[in-house]
Amino acid sequence: MAGNTGTYLIRGASILGGEPADLLIRDGVIAETGTGLSAEGAIVIDGAGLVALPGMVDVHTHLREPGREDAETVETGTRAAALGGYTAVHAMANSTPVADTAGVVEQVYTLGQKAGWVDVRPVGAVTVGLAGEQLAELGAMADSRARVRMFSDDGICVHDPVLMRRALEYVKAFDGVVAQHAQEPRLTAGAQMNEGEVSAVLGLAGWPAVAEESIIARDVLLAQHVRSRLHVCHVSTAGSVEIIRWAKERGINVTAEVTPHHLLLTDDLVRSYDPVYKVNPPLRTDADVQALRAGLADGTIDVVGTDHAPHPSEHKECEWARAAMGMTGLETALSVVQHTMIETGLFTWADFARVTSAAAAKIGRLEDQGRPLEAGEPANVILVDPAARWTVEPSRMATMGRNSPFKGMELPGKVVATFFKGHPTVLDGALNTPYPHAASVGAA
Amino acid sequence: MKHLLSTEDLSLANAIRILDTAEEMAAVGDREVKKLPALRGRTVVNLFFEDSTRTRISFEAAAKRLSADVINFAAKGSSVSKGESLKDTAQTLSAMGADAVVIRHWASGAPHRLAATDWIDAAVINAGDGTHEHPTQALLDAFTMRRHWARLAGTGSEGADLKGMRVAIAGDVLHSRVARSNVWLLRTLGADVTLVAPPTLLPIGVEKWPCKVSYNMDETIEQGVDAVMMLRVQGERMNASFFPSTREYSRRWGFDDNRLRALDALGMKDTIIMHPGPMNRGLEISAAAADSPRSTVLAQVRNGVSVRMAALYLLLSGDTREPAATPALAYTGTHSTKESN
Repeated sequence: MAGNTGTYLIRGASILGGEPADLLIRDGVIAETGTGLSAEGAIVIDGAGLVALPGMVDVHTHLREPGREDAETVETGTRAAALGGYTAVHAMANSTPVADTAGVVEQVYTLGQKAGWVDVRPVGAVTVGLAGEQLAELGAMADSRARVRMFSDDGICVHDPVLMRRALEYVKAFDGVVAQHAQEPRLTAGAQMNEGEVSAVLGLAGWPAVAEESIIARDVLLAQHVRSRLHVCHVSTAGSVEIIRWAKERGINVTAEVTPHHLLLTDDLVRSYDPVYKVNPPLRTDADVQALRAGLADGTIDVVGTDHAPHPSEHKECEWARAAMGMTGLETALSVVQHTMIETGLFTWADFARVTSAAAAKIGRLEDQGRPLEAGEPANVILVDPAARWTVEPSRMATMGRNSPFKGMELPGKVVATFFKGHPTVLDGALNTPYPHAASVGAA
Repeated sequence: MKHLLSTEDLSLANAIRILDTAEEMAAVGDREVKKLPALRGRTVVNLFFEDSTRTRISFEAAAKRLSADVINFAAKGSSVSKGESLKDTAQTLSAMGADAVVIRHWASGAPHRLAATDWIDAAVINAGDGTHEHPTQALLDAFTMRRHWARLAGTGSEGADLKGMRVAIAGDVLHSRVARSNVWLLRTLGADVTLVAPPTLLPIGVEKWPCKVSYNMDETIEQGVDAVMMLRVQGERMNASFFPSTREYSRRWGFDDNRLRALDALGMKDTIIMHPGPMNRGLEISAAAADSPRSTVLAQVRNGVSVRMAALYLLLSGDTREPAATPALAYTGTHSTKESN
């Protein structure tokens, strides 16, 4: 872990929202914590009024490379991640070609290392080409340099119950997890938005909650039966929260994720027919939003995953039915979670750290991420100004995607600094430089 | 009212204004010269992404009777079939100086996109979008009902609403933009609406609509009804398990000869039978019902031109917040004050 990344002394930052303390970061690790620290030659950062948190870990990011470099690249996506307070992201497998071989996951992994903004951990596809027919070489991806532990056909549900069972069983061989995109395909053929009062009025084909909930119910029972580990991507309905709560009470090894947009936005926004609000799973009702917040607060939902999904503008500047599904999220996640969970009194900053970092790192089996802010730990640390207020302006973001549903909203909280393995990728709220060893990676 | 996108957000005052103006426009159709100079020099584009000969020629006739220049743009065989986006199509039409765009689109909300974006600055009239709305159809239906209702009351149509009128709308509500637009407009005009349909062809969430819902056609008739509007049902729905067979559909939900006789037997001599067309004779409506004196099918078509003239006239000829202009004004108006085009 040790690297020659310099010495930084953060003075008087509130650790996880608690008492102010100093953090001395030296050569990639947190060298010391306490009060009144000093270090010769250290660059001093005034942490007064700032909250120090572990670097955020996204379990669900679409970096689009290889294949759709017009939408995002590993470089631009991970710049956005660093600015958003992330030190690790899981790159989803639905690239072109699909990340279903050791070769592709190693390519993405290497691109991430070269970029040097965050740890990029590729997610491997469960089935060849995301086609839902034949298992991809999960073992080869697990054994590759990318050390894949999370497998997902995200975007498409592994709907064949036998295939899902086999995948859950097989990943036990290397402590993997199957991250399911829960969407019963027959119940959602042609679906455009949440099925309910709003879809009835708008005449858009409905996407019933039961299409998500029935798959989750099946999968938690399969996970129980084969004693494996299931992760449920982007839970979006109150019913899903109930099923997962039930499963956890029975000791089933299931984790679940919620996106920032599902914590804040509802299907009422679709009345505008503006495809910036088109997403999979769809925006649901206010009752669902409240249930998701409660589920995140009580631990039923383990993590916040952005499902950051950048799209070129022409895929959103069109008719609703033609538009692509997805929203950007890396640069707004912290603010939306602060707004929906902390400012509502549901969360402390320590809770925030759990759902955005520690639990996420545990699901992905990232040993150096999501660690406590203690001496000897890897220096993946962020500083947040919780009092800041800013208005979301997608054209000023680092991601290439301009499809932020939060455009124009005033949100709280701003990432002031991001330390990735001891190196400040973000300083004074702006991109600094990538991890210094990045350039030499893969050069041979 | 810069655009006419839906009846859901159409106020009572604007609805009455359109219907009253349509009455005045209808009078033009009775003249020897069926033409007004009201929209001389204005350009109306019929932008049709979906085949609909009936609606297109109705709008074309309406625009021509108002002396507008009409451009018909059909997606088939056009730049759209070469992959041109709605945005580029709209900007092209804008550059050509379209004052109004009458858009028919298979995608719900496409007219809203045109109206909400800066792609084009013309007035947008929704001529049917996906399974969302078809406001001019609902207006022509209301126009037809209002004339009937006023005649029964022995009064004139002008300024009248539909208070107390019992209207049944029967058939494939789930996929029907006509049903949606009618539900909202009839509510606004004060009618009592009952939707009659198999449960599979009603949207989830219909219980929040301002109407009653019934699964039983005969009960609905027995309880008394002043207008029955039959919706077109597509035979293909059978293959998606919305109903078991076209014959069963016809027996349970169609307006067949038995139900036509029931109207007579129950003494409902003034109940009208409506259909937006095109009809599936023998499926949702029997030939005897379609051809009976109760049928308003052809009157609806005729009234469609008047209602569309009214919509085009009100959107294109100045401040629509003012009371409806009279045809006399339309004759003399030279329209020096163009809207911001």
